[in-house]
Amino acid sequence: MMRLAAGGLIDRSRSVRFAFDGRVYTGHPGDTLASALLANGVRLLGRSFKYHRPRGIMTAGPEDPCALVELRTGARREPNTPATAVELFDGLEAQSQNRFPSLRFDLMAANGWLAPLLAAGFYYKTFMWPAGWWERVYEPLIRRAAGLGRASGLPDPDTYDRAHLFCDVLIIGAGPAGLAAALAAGRSGARVVLCEADARLGGRLLAETCEIDGQPGAAWATSTEATLRAFPELRVLTRTTVFGAYDHGTYAAVERLADHQPFPDAHQPRERVWRIVAKRTVLAAGAVERLVAFPGNDRPGVMLAGAVRCYLNRYAVAPGQTAVVATGGAEGWRTVEALAARGIRVAAVVDRRAEVPPAQAALAQRIGARLFAGARIGATRGATNLRTVIVEGATGGAQRLTADLLAVAGGWNPQVQLACHLGGRPVWDETRAAFLPPTTPPPGMEVAGAAAGRFGLGESLRDGTRAGSDAAVAAGFATTAPEPPSAPDDDTPATPIWLMPGRKAFVDLQHDVTMDDIALAHREGFRAVEHFKRYTTHGMATDQGKTGGVLGMAAMAALTGRSMAETGTTLHRPPSTPVAIGALAGRHRGKDFRPTRLTPGHAWAAEQGASFVESGVWLRAQWFPRAGETEWQQSVDREVLAVRNGVGVSDVSTLGKIELAGPDGGAFLDFLYINMLSTLPVGRVRYGAMLREDGFVLDDGTVARLEAERWVITTTTANAARVLAHMEFAHQVLRPNLRVAFVSVTDRWAQYAVAGKRAREVIQAVLEHAIPDAAFPAMACGTFGSARLFRISFSGELAYEIAVPAREGDALVRRIVAAGAVPYGLEALGVLRIEKGHPAGGELNGQTTARDLGLGRLLSARKDFIGRAMALRPALLDPARPTLVGLRPADRRTRLRAGAHLLPRDAPARIEHDQGWITSAAFSPTLGHPIALALLTNGPARHGERLRAHDPVRDGETEVDVVEPCFVDPEGLRLRG
Amino acid sequence: MRIPCPHCGERASEEFSYLGAADPLRPPPDATAEAWHAYVFLRDNPAGNLREFWHHVHGCRRWLIVTRDTRTHAIAACVDPRA
Repeated sequence: MMRLAAGGLIDRSRSVRFAFDGRVYTGHPGDTLASALLANGVRLLGRSFKYHRPRGIMTAGPEDPCALVELRTGARREPNTPATAVELFDGLEAQSQNRFPSLRFDLMAANGWLAPLLAAGFYYKTFMWPAGWWERVYEPLIRRAAGLGRASGLPDPDTYDRAHLFCDVLIIGAGPAGLAAALAAGRSGARVVLCEADARLGGRLLAETCEIDGQPGAAWATSTEATLRAFPELRVLTRTTVFGAYDHGTYAAVERLADHQPFPDAHQPRERVWRIVAKRTVLAAGAVERLVAFPGNDRPGVMLAGAVRCYLNRYAVAPGQTAVVATGGAEGWRTVEALAARGIRVAAVVDRRAEVPPAQAALAQRIGARLFAGARIGATRGATNLRTVIVEGATGGAQRLTADLLAVAGGWNPQVQLACHLGGRPVWDETRAAFLPPTTPPPGMEVAGAAAGRFGLGESLRDGTRAGSDAAVAAGFATTAPEPPSAPDDDTPATPIWLMPGRKAFVDLQHDVTMDDIALAHREGFRAVEHFKRYTTHGMATDQGKTGGVLGMAAMAALTGRSMAETGTTLHRPPSTPVAIGALAGRHRGKDFRPTRLTPGHAWAAEQGASFVESGVWLRAQWFPRAGETEWQQSVDREVLAVRNGVGVSDVSTLGKIELAGPDGGAFLDFLYINMLSTLPVGRVRYGAMLREDGFVLDDGTVARLEAERWVITTTTANAARVLAHMEFAHQVLRPNLRVAFVSVTDRWAQYAVAGKRAREVIQAVLEHAIPDAAFPAMACGTFGSARLFRISFSGELAYEIAVPAREGDALVRRIVAAGAVPYGLEALGVLRIEKGHPAGGELNGQTTARDLGLGRLLSARKDFIGRAMALRPALLDPARPTLVGLRPADRRTRLRAGAHLLPRDAPARIEHDQGWITSAAFSPTLGHPIALALLTNGPARHGERLRAHDPVRDGETEVDVVEPCFVDPEGLRLRG
Repeated sequence: MRIPCPHCGERASEEFSYLGAADPLRPPPDATAEAWHAYVFLRDNPAGNLREFWHHVHGCRRWLIVTRDTRTHAIAACVDPRA
């Protein structure tokens, strides 16, 4: 057992059981999965991405590049979570990743011998030829070999939440600087939100032995938390990672509500994404320890020096029994002290400096550690675990040291990502040996503490106090900065980046990028940071190169002879840490992604056994099958014939309906539509079409004048929202002086089309009112009680549309059917309109003009309207433009399909012979054969011509005859009824 | 982004839909083809302040003119064209 006898912030009074690769272990509340595994002597956690090298635990935080595991089982199985970020709970199940057949014995480790083949850019070079092998051989091979964990492949059983927070001061990170900032801002009365990724406040205070105001650091964090929670306007969000900074003080954070439990409680979301809008922000995200590059620096047992202290102090775990510490300054020597204080043997200290300060040399002597000054790590050895460290001295001799822990002090990288999300570039600071936040962080943000490169505890507390107070003042709260918590300043000089080249000296452990790969990229000319990053995939794994990224930059800087400042670093973009897609989606999943709207008659249609289809945001009845009908075509044919020979009823409530009122309504309609509408008399309806300003058709529909200053217009179902926005623009921006008001009333009315030669008797029965043709002719409209009646026809039959307030819709449709009308659905509606040659969805495609659709005669020359000028462009008047025609198959049998292209009969099927395409097609039960509408070049002049309809996608090839687009009753006798 | 709607207060940009530059003025009906072409198709792409239309679709439904710095997204003004 590696658990220390005393100390740590774990609850030793309780034990929790967990499983790793099927074996059961125990740990304590307060452990992470990583600390509990280390306490049980488990150090090998997975295999690496490319070379399948054994990997273990390198850090003590969520930035770990290689301690990735799969968590949970079944539908909740999730890959690639760092064990260092997993809070231990009873019943946790974890598996190692990327091993075959087992973690200890991995066949793919042979990839290590193939390393020359897998170097940077290998997939660009190795898998080039033959081209046909790419899809069949290379890609499946690479996909099987690469990648880390496995996704469950099952729907996620958990729910996720999205929520909003507004605050005066957002503080990101609850380490010493963040806590000091929260104390200073909180006492001003400002609304403060303090976000901390860890379950516990304190940051590095939990990992180090230090004192603040005379208390141990961890105890000060606990008492400070109590103070903060007493501020009524301060909110603490733990287990919450702020992962993105956006414009105007907007931040995104993910709160892990149930990841520390086996599964969420009933009705509890697993995670919640917060959108936080803050007047001011203090970024106190601290710093992340960085790696040191040397051959074999990835072996389990190699650990960052600060992580070693964290395991010793916070988790009371010895990460090894015999340690070697590699350092270039005080950072490593603090780790030597911590190890010695916990009774762990330090076999040797490897200090890159030739002159080690006497106090440190004396410490080595006191604890019996060998001191190698001016030395470096030459290699590490050990099959799946560190056994030997090879030290190369200044004079060239090599020493083999037996050790199972190699603590490396690589220095610290300020966590500047959020300060760079709006495009700022980090700035290299030579004295602190780190990239600091950009000189212009996002407006309203200030960076404090270690995130700003102020690593000392005392200066971090002072900086946080000042930043918190300044933020509150800037947010409008009168306050003065309190006395900062007091702690000694340590004058630790910064740790420079340390590169020791050699074979398998990794700079990116998650993507297996080595110093050799950087050198290769350099030789091949990929030298700019953004180039070699992509060529080697350095820093592109889920850890985003938090521990190793800067080493790659330093390696390239050394190769090119440029400074770190000149080399620079890559751009940071959100998210700064992996976020589950489910959390980003929140509740917007499945049908909740876009809720379905139901018409008032939906329940009635469902009772009739209607088959429904999505139409825009609506669910509409497609057809109403009857007993004995085995195929949809039978139902649709019957419904069409019912309309043509008797009477049918269809729900048209989904059509957009906009009501207008005002003395200038007529002038406004004239401006919107291509035809004259101001002349429309009260009680009459007129068909109209609207253009976009570029001259193409936007939408079509009817305009009914209900009263002298009141109109209701219809739009197509799909364009209802667009037309309303278009009208608002036309009124508010282009014609603000017109006295007109309008509002969408689509949802307020249930509307039914009643069509067929018996339509009048049905309507009279329903209204209990006589409507003789003379009193209510074609294109009439009027009000009957709560109902509005329009004598308009989409089918070409004698037809009415009757609208009632939505709550009366269900009753109305039942009465219409009781009066003898046969329900017909969207399919029959489509067949009826194709038989009549009315343009709809397939023809109103945004690329057709009024003339293309045979509506050219509507274009009024007597007024200005939107799109008029551009509709008169010569190119849009060209008769060679594809124009609406009707088609029928030459054999009167073969089905026609929308999308087929039209070619001369004798021309080969090549693009230069293309003359148009089929836009809508149907079987016409009225005519007994298939029909179609098409857009054909020079269309109206070609009636009677025979063409090829060529459909290579569906292997269709048919001869068609060009005819008038109106197939049924071209004289329009039926609708006059 | 946060857009300060003169009617509704500061709101998230998802409540709005975007159209583009607000300064091109619709020519009179008898303007030249070139003038219409410029109005419908030609737009400047300044690095700096741009006056542009945003429609407060999920708010007051007014077409607003927002002055936005295209480099920083800093919003200098948001007005209702009627005001």
